[in-house]
Amino acid sequence: MSTVVEKQSAANPFQAPRTAQNARRKASNIVIIFFSLLATAFAVTVLLYLLLYVLRSGLPYINVALFTRIPTPNGEPGGGLANSIQGSLILVGLASLFGIPLGLFTGIYLSEFGRGPIATGVRFLVDVLTGIPTIIFGLFAWIFIVVPQQSFSGLAGGVALGIIMIPIVARTSEEVLRLVPKELREASLALGATESRTILQVVIPAARNGIITGIVLAMARVAGETAPLLMTAFGSPFFNSDITQPMDALPLRIFNFAESPYQAQINQAYAGSLVLIVLILLTSFAIRWATGGFKQQR
Amino acid sequence: MSIQVENLNVWYGRSQALYNVNLIFEPLSVTAIIGPSGCGKSTFVRCLNRMHEEVPGASVAGEVRIDGVNIYARSIQPMYVRRHIGMVFQRSNPLPNRSIWENVAIGPRINGLAGGAALKEIVERSLKQAALWDEIKDRLSESASQLSGGQQQRLCIARALAIEPKIILMDEPCSALDPISTFQVEELIKQLKSAYTVIVVTHNMQQAGRVADNTVFFLQGKLIEKNKTEKFFSHPEKKETEDYITGRFS
Amino acid sequence: MLGGGSRRLSDTLFRGFTLLLVLFVLVIIAGVTWVLVSNSLPTIRQFGWSFLSNRAFDPIHNVFGVAPAIFGTLVTSAFAIFFAVPIGVGTAIFLVDFCPRPLRMPLAFIVELLAAVPSVIYGLFGFLVLAPWLQTVGQPWLQKYLGFLPFFQGQFHGLGLLAAGMILVIMVLPLITSVSREVILTTPTAQREALLALGATRWEVIRHAVLPYARIGITGGVILALGRALGETMAVTMVIGNQASPIGPSLFNTGYTLSSVIANQFGEATPGLFFSAVIEAGLLVFMITLITNIIARILIYRMGRVGGLAA
Repeated sequence: MSTVVEKQSAANPFQAPRTAQNARRKASNIVIIFFSLLATAFAVTVLLYLLLYVLRSGLPYINVALFTRIPTPNGEPGGGLANSIQGSLILVGLASLFGIPLGLFTGIYLSEFGRGPIATGVRFLVDVLTGIPTIIFGLFAWIFIVVPQQSFSGLAGGVALGIIMIPIVARTSEEVLRLVPKELREASLALGATESRTILQVVIPAARNGIITGIVLAMARVAGETAPLLMTAFGSPFFNSDITQPMDALPLRIFNFAESPYQAQINQAYAGSLVLIVLILLTSFAIRWATGGFKQQR
Repeated sequence: MSIQVENLNVWYGRSQALYNVNLIFEPLSVTAIIGPSGCGKSTFVRCLNRMHEEVPGASVAGEVRIDGVNIYARSIQPMYVRRHIGMVFQRSNPLPNRSIWENVAIGPRINGLAGGAALKEIVERSLKQAALWDEIKDRLSESASQLSGGQQQRLCIARALAIEPKIILMDEPCSALDPISTFQVEELIKQLKSAYTVIVVTHNMQQAGRVADNTVFFLQGKLIEKNKTEKFFSHPEKKETEDYITGRFS
Repeated sequence: MLGGGSRRLSDTLFRGFTLLLVLFVLVIIAGVTWVLVSNSLPTIRQFGWSFLSNRAFDPIHNVFGVAPAIFGTLVTSAFAIFFAVPIGVGTAIFLVDFCPRPLRMPLAFIVELLAAVPSVIYGLFGFLVLAPWLQTVGQPWLQKYLGFLPFFQGQFHGLGLLAAGMILVIMVLPLITSVSREVILTTPTAQREALLALGATRWEVIRHAVLPYARIGITGGVILALGRALGETMAVTMVIGNQASPIGPSLFNTGYTLSSVIANQFGEATPGLFFSAVIEAGLLVFMITLITNIIARILIYRMGRVGGLAA
C-alpha cells in the first residue's frame, strides 16, 4: 500500500502534504470539532439529566390528591398542591388581564403607528425591560401596593407578573404584525375601510397565530416566576381566591418545600416541579410547532 | 495544467444540473464559458475546484482529471484541490475586517507556503500581477473595504494568485464592475494566460470574444459546443449555438 | 406603514387609545425607576458611597451595606461567564458548522429548553442535588487535586459561591448559544466561500471568516448573559448559603448576592433605614442590569437586527 501512496504523491499535487504545518492544521480542526461537540454534549446532557431527575423524583408523588388537597401541616403525609395550582392560575390570569392589552397595543403602536426616533426610543425601552430581573418588579408592586395596603395580595403579584409580560407580548406582536404584507393593508384601505378597522379586522387577524404564540409564551414565562411573588403574593397554605389577600403559587410552594426539613414536603416539591416543567415543555413544543420551528433552516 | 472532464453529472439534491459533460481545457489558455442564466456554467466551474459540494444536498458523478489525477478520487480531500486552484467570485469578497496586505497574505499563510520576508515577497508579487500594486502600495495596512469595487475585485484576484495556483477560475468576475474596471480586469486576464490556465464564466459574449482563446457554450445543463473563439462566433457548428449568439434567446 | 387616508373619529379614538396604553407602559417604566430611587433616598443620604463598602445589614446598630453582596454577585457572575462563554460559543459553532443536518434542529431546541426551565427548579436541583454532591464528592476532589489554588481551599459546605456559579453557568448558557448561533448563521456565504476557495479547513473558515464577522454580536450576547447572571435571584438564593463569610478568594465560601439579600431581607425590613436599604439593593441591581442590557443591545443592534430575540 505504501508504495502506491508514495508514487501517487510524487506525481499527485492534490495529496495532503506531509508537513508539520499540515499536521497542525488537521489537528486544530479535529480539536475544534471535538471541543465543540463536547460543549454541545454538556449542554444537552445537563438538561436531560435535570429533566429525568425531576421526573424520577416527582412522578411517584403525582396523584389525584396533589391536585385536590392543600398542604398538610408539619409535613404529614397526604395533602397536595391544589391551592398553589389554583393560585398560579389566578395570578397568571390576572397578569394576562394587565399585561396582554398593554403589551399588544404597544406592539401595535410599534408596528403600525410608530415612526422616527420616538418609536425607536420606545422599542429600545421595551427591549431593555426584558433584561430587568423580575424581583425588581416585585419590589415595585411591594412598595406600590403591598405596603400601602398593609397586606400581601394576589393583586400585587398579578401586577408584578403583568409587567413582566408586557415586553414579551409587545415584541412578539410587533414582529408578527410587521410580517403582514403591506398589500393587505393597502387593499383594505382601498376598499374604503378606516385605518382602525384595517388594523382591527384585517391586520391583527392575519397575525393572529403569532400574537397568540407570543401571549402563550409570556404566560408560560410568568407561570414559572417566583422572585416577584415573594413579596407580593407571598404564599399561603390555604385556598384563597381573594386577590386582596396573600395567595399561593406553584413556584412559591416549590421554593418553600425545597428547603423543608420534611421529606414528604420535599417529595411534593419535586412533584410540583414536574407539573411545572411538563407545562412549560408542552408549551414550548406547541409554540415551536405552531411557528413551524421544526422545519429545517440550513 | 491540463484539465480533463469526463462524464460529469451534477445534482442539487434531486434535480440534475449538469448532464454528461465531457471537456478538455488546454494548459495556459483562456477559456470562456457562456450560456443563458441557469444553464449550469457556474455549477460547472464550481465542480472544478470541488466548491459545489459545499451546497447542502449536492452530489457529483464522473471524473475531473487535472494533470491526470482525478480530483474526485476517494483519497483526495477537497481542501487540497482548492489549494491549487484560484477562484474569483462574481461579487468581490475581500475579508472586510482585514487589511489589504492581510487579505492577500491569508492564503499562503494558512497553507503554510511562506512566512516572514518570503511572504512579503509573495504579497507584493501577487498585487503586481493583479495590476493593483501601484495604486495601493502605500496603503497596504488600510482596511480592504476602503477600496473601490474594481480595486476589490483585483484584490481578490491577487488573493487567488498568492497561493500560486496553476488554474484560475473566474465566475462572472466583471458583472458587478463599471466599464473601466471591467477593462482593467479583462486586460489582466489576457496577461494571466501566460502563466495560468484561466477559465472565465461570462454572460457577456463580447467579453468572451475579447479575452478568450476558446469558448464553450452550455445550455440547460448540457455542453453544446466548444471551439476556438474566432471560429465559435463566426462559424458556430450547432444550431443552438447560433441561436444564442445571434440573440434569439438571452 | 399606514399613511394618509381619511381620518375619522374611529381612527382618532383608536390611535388615541393605543397611544394611551403605550404611555401607560412608559409611565410604569418611569414609575419603577422613581419608586426605587425615592425609596432608597434615606440610605443614600445616610450612607452615600459607604453603602457599597459596609459589610452587613445590621439593624441593631442601624448600619447597612452590601459589600459582601456585591462581592458575591461579581464572583458568581464572573464564574458563570468564564465557563459559559466557551461552552456556549462552542455549542453554537457545533450546531451551525459541524452537526449532522438532521440533528441540528432537535439539538438546538434542547439547548433552548434550558432557558425555559424556571429558576426555582434550578434552585431546587442545586439545593437538593448539586450542593450535597459538591459537599461529599466535588469539593473534596477539587481540593485534593487543585487545592494549591486559593479558589479551592476551605471547608466543604456544598452550598456557596461555587454551587451558585455552577448553576448560573447552566442558566446563561442557552442565551449565549442562541445569540451566537443566530449571529454565526448570518455570516455572509461569500465570506466563507472566499476562505474555502483558498483551501481552508473548516476551523480556518470559522476562525478567519465567521468569528471576525460574528464577534460583535457574540460579545453582545455575552453581555446580555452577564446581565442575566447579575440579576438572577431564585436559583442563586437557594444555593449560595446566605451566610456571610470573610471576603476571600475561596469559592467554597458561602455568601450572598444583591438579589439574594433582597429575597432574604424584605420580610425582616422594618420601616426606615432597613426598608430603604433593601430597596437600595434593588436599585443597584436595577442599575447594573440596565447598563449591561443597554450596552448589549447596542452591540447587537450594530450587527443588524438579529430577529426574534425574545430573550
